[in-house]
Amino acid sequence: MTIDWLHFTPWASLSGGIVIGLASALLLLFNGRIAGISGIVGALLRPQRGDISWRLAFVAGLVISPLVFALVAQLPSLQIDAGYPTLVIAGLLVGVGTRYGAGCTSGHGICGLARRSPRSIAATIAFMCAGFVTVYIVRHLAR
Amino acid sequence: MNPISALIAGLLFGWGLIGSGMTNPSKVLGFLDLAGAWDPSLAFVMGGALPVAALAFRVARQRSKSILGNPIALPTSTRIDRRLVAGALTFGAGWGLAGFCPGPALASLAYGGAKPAVFCIAMLAGMALFEVVERARASVPAQPSPERAGRH
Repeated sequence: MTIDWLHFTPWASLSGGIVIGLASALLLLFNGRIAGISGIVGALLRPQRGDISWRLAFVAGLVISPLVFALVAQLPSLQIDAGYPTLVIAGLLVGVGTRYGAGCTSGHGICGLARRSPRSIAATIAFMCAGFVTVYIVRHLAR
Repeated sequence: MNPISALIAGLLFGWGLIGSGMTNPSKVLGFLDLAGAWDPSLAFVMGGALPVAALAFRVARQRSKSILGNPIALPTSTRIDRRLVAGALTFGAGWGLAGFCPGPALASLAYGGAKPAVFCIAMLAGMALFEVVERARASVPAQPSPERAGRH
């Protein structure tokens, strides 16, 4: 294993992580909800009275966040190497997988691990390993 | 339930994702590429978020209601079943293919061009597929087990 020092951003990632933690704390302590993005979005597809507005508001905040970020700092550049067919397949897998797996990187990987949920620990290990293996296959075996 | 605090939480969450580098798929894939030039940055995202979130959960456990008076809804299930693991593996495969997970994909919609939009539409379609399958499954009466259905 070699470390990619060129792209390594420990401080930006640590401070960004703290902000993500604060956002989760805010939603938990004020709204009583877990900041799991796939759950918040997914449940909008089976809307229940009285349970819609906070979800829409959270998603709206997430979507407009780059516009607010750009007022204060320069947005970091995005590099998306995947082509459109790959993006469609990846999106479908992420959509189906996060609903059956009851969470994603935020709900399991941050909130679930923070409250030491056994299900979230298992899910996080599973999706991390699947991510490692998929990238290994795509980058090192398939070409 | 109060949408203002949810909006601020979403905004802050997106801010953290952008600042940390999580919205950049090439950085995410650099973290997942253990065999290549490995970028360990994203482990620091977890390292920053976990202690803050853990503290919040500790506070939440001592309260019966949230600050705004809502019930605190924490999952209670502890069962690790095939559904959970298969779902997480499926999600991880999709994550590794494009470098997008749900939060960063939504947070880059407004500045990432057409690609995040295509990913998000496909992700919503995947979630809708889950709803359709689960609803169809719920409406079909449970099949009698072979023993009970045995003819006399």
